Amino acid sequence: MKLTVNGQTHTLDIEPEMPLLWVLRDELNLPGTKYGCGLAVCGACTVQVDGVPLRSCVMPVGAVTGAVTTIEGLGTPASPSVVQAAWIEHQVAQCGYCQSGQIMSAAALLQQNPAPTDADIDAAMSGNLCRCGAYPRIRAAIHAAARRLQGAPA
Amino acid sequence: MSTLGTIARRGFLIGSAAVLGGAVFGVYTYRRPHPNPLLDDLPEGANAITPYVRIDARGVTIIAPRAEMGQGIHTTLAALVAEELDVAWEAIRVEHGPPGAAYYNRALLQEGVPFSTLNRGFIAEGMRGTMGVLAKFIGIQGTGGSSSVPDAFDKMRTAGAAARFALVAAASERLGLPASALDTADGAVVAADGRRLAYTELAAAAARIPLPDEPPLKPRERWRYLGRDMPRVDMVGKCTGTETFGIDVRQPDMVFATVRMNPAIGAALKHFDATAAKAMRGVLQVVALPGGVGVIADNTWRAFQAAQAVQCEWAEPVHAATTAAFFDAIVASFDDAHQDSRIRDDGDVVGALAAGPVLEAEYRVPFLAHATMEPMNAVAWLRDDRLDIWTGTQTPTAARDQAAVLAGLDAARVFVHVQPMGGGFGRRAESDYVLQAVRLASAMKGRPVKLTWSREEDMTQDPYRPAAVARLRGSTGAGTVQALDVRVASPSVLESQGGRLGLSVPGPDKLIAEGTYDQPYAIPHYRATGYRTPALLPIGSWRSVGNSCNGFFMESFIDELAAQAGSDPMTLRLSLIDHAPSRRVLAAVSEMSGWGRPLEKGRGRGVAFHLSFGVPTAEVVEVTMTKDGIRIDEVFVAADVGTALDPRNIEAQLQSGVVFGLSAAMYGEITFAQGAVEQRNLHQYQTLRIGQTPRIRVAVLEGGGRIRGVGEPGTPPAAPALANAIFAATGQRIRELPLSKRIGFV
Repeated sequence: MKLTVNGQTHTLDIEPEMPLLWVLRDELNLPGTKYGCGLAVCGACTVQVDGVPLRSCVMPVGAVTGAVTTIEGLGTPASPSVVQAAWIEHQVAQCGYCQSGQIMSAAALLQQNPAPTDADIDAAMSGNLCRCGAYPRIRAAIHAAARRLQGAPA
Repeated sequence: MSTLGTIARRGFLIGSAAVLGGAVFGVYTYRRPHPNPLLDDLPEGANAITPYVRIDARGVTIIAPRAEMGQGIHTTLAALVAEELDVAWEAIRVEHGPPGAAYYNRALLQEGVPFSTLNRGFIAEGMRGTMGVLAKFIGIQGTGGSSSVPDAFDKMRTAGAAARFALVAAASERLGLPASALDTADGAVVAADGRRLAYTELAAAAARIPLPDEPPLKPRERWRYLGRDMPRVDMVGKCTGTETFGIDVRQPDMVFATVRMNPAIGAALKHFDATAAKAMRGVLQVVALPGGVGVIADNTWRAFQAAQAVQCEWAEPVHAATTAAFFDAIVASFDDAHQDSRIRDDGDVVGALAAGPVLEAEYRVPFLAHATMEPMNAVAWLRDDRLDIWTGTQTPTAARDQAAVLAGLDAARVFVHVQPMGGGFGRRAESDYVLQAVRLASAMKGRPVKLTWSREEDMTQDPYRPAAVARLRGSTGAGTVQALDVRVASPSVLESQGGRLGLSVPGPDKLIAEGTYDQPYAIPHYRATGYRTPALLPIGSWRSVGNSCNGFFMESFIDELAAQAGSDPMTLRLSLIDHAPSRRVLAAVSEMSGWGRPLEKGRGRGVAFHLSFGVPTAEVVEVTMTKDGIRIDEVFVAADVGTALDPRNIEAQLQSGVVFGLSAAMYGEITFAQGAVEQRNLHQYQTLRIGQTPRIRVAVLEGGGRIRGVGEPGTPPAAPALANAIFAATGQRIRELPLSKRIGFV
């Protein structure tokens, strides 16, 4: 089986029913994508497949047809993406465990909708839980990233 | 009486703090300093000037020996040291460091005494002094009780200043100049002639210089890190997926494991058949554990799948089988035989209540799960002469010592590497998952084993926040409250948590009643009584502990009394409170929310005040009754922390406390059937999502009192402020949580 993650193609000998999450974490050693519930109700495992946000904990790896992007592929500490930079600027993370998923959902939202309203944010981000309650700063960071992507200074 | 005798005699006074730490009773005298734990495992070329400062060729590492579980404590602790040490913020590294008695937490124990945090009288202070000695004596390293900042404020600034003193002294020898002719700047000692010696060059010499006990500390006017919004040291890692939580730890040749326990908590495994599980791909071992099985495989998902394939025959529940039976037991403990504490008994409550019309109410709150985002996990690697553990823990010394006993090793051969935590809230003050990992590592000796719990295990095998019932009576007159009699019944967290650490703590458990007896209400006749329900099932500390129940009971009932007295709930509180900082937080939320301004029909505003962990906190919640249910529009919070070290982080913690409290108030409930927890995953244990989260405006006040921590105080007022707002909007008084049992939310 072949799987493309963050631009790199891997050949895997693996059960097709194994959720993508565990392939990423345990087989490809990409632990930035988190396990939270295993039922697609918390969003901690969100990745993008061809730019579409997807809960990797319920996605059988055999059903993945596109290129996977994980948090590690979005940006790096030395060169964070615009969304990640907005998260850092607004000091969003507390425990930070849900933030990979939050950021992957937010990045997908902004790709589709460069100027989301609060209601758009609620709809796109409602699948991502945060037990620390960082939601007010998540909202602020998404608005800031949107402004930056449209060319305004952050 | 000897110190030991005094400690034994005072032992009954230990509160929440003691149970977090563990019992490492040695034969220390109090005055003997604890050894510097960094010296045990110091890398080649590194120097540890104090237990908090390690310097090697790469630069300065600050040890922040408290659990980073989201509250930003590593950043604030590092700022305390960096401020005095005089190093550039961007240049420092921050580590949790090894467990060690030197990292004992004095404040955690000191606030365990059964007095209001406002009580600075002779007896209360005397007992705090005793607890401070005890804390050092037993070397408790623990994170909890919002104690990290008050514990560290002087200690870690002093560590930074002492290290700076030694570095300057070393430079003085090297340059042949008096220390008074030298200054420091951004990690170097500088002389007036421009010569500059980096700390990295001076560290080896500095490590040999005796440290002063009380080096002078900078006055606040000269602070450049403290009192400011500091960029969190863990922010970039957490926003780029590069932070290594316990669940992300990877060691060479590591295997992956999970557990499946008897759904009836604490009950045994009678028999199991692993034939099918062992035949599954990647499965290495199936191991019997106390109360369940562990499955070791070459991948976490394969371990999860195989655990479900094990045929288990479970023993019958050892606890009551239903939620109703638990509540029956709690209600049955409202009698003299179960009376546990009566810490406040002002005036003549019985006489006052006999005189007039009495308002009477019963309130209830349910069991609650911690539901951290990161399910419990630990990596353990047992080799012939050492055991290494990588995990998130709020109690590293206790985890180390219990693991040592289990593995049959000396504690000095157990190395606990504390990882950042995806939430704690008290759940990681337990060591159950750590000890399971040690058992699995014993079965795979020589290979590291990563244990990961499924969400289902995490939800159903939690030491829950206990359910509690309150019976309150009160009377009003002349527009104010004349008498208040509050009685609370609950099982004891202290007894349960202490028991798991092998501690038997005699005497009352102040946690049952905390938040009832210690509120600054000048009610002439005021009595608070705690009743201890005999142990039901394992229970634990949950963000703000007893305050999480008692804040709801007290502040809802004060609202009821205000209505009976015909008084505005804000005005009534302001007039009843005899503590100026507490009045100021109320006045702040009153102003922020425009309290007096009328609202449209169908809208309502509720206020609650609660003093916990020394932090007076007031919250106003505004709601609208829509056709789809209650919508929370806005929340206003004010808290007085004494001195605000990092205002932006304090804002985040208070917002976090509000969201955590609202989630529990609206939806949180753990129920039992046939001895097992009925909520198995997050869809059955709802918490707030982004669209339901209101704007939360925060005012951080600095009344100049003792410095305080804010991990918890934001939580207790959230539930009563919401319930009071619902009453204001609808006229419906809800006396049982979660509120969603009685009213819908948008």
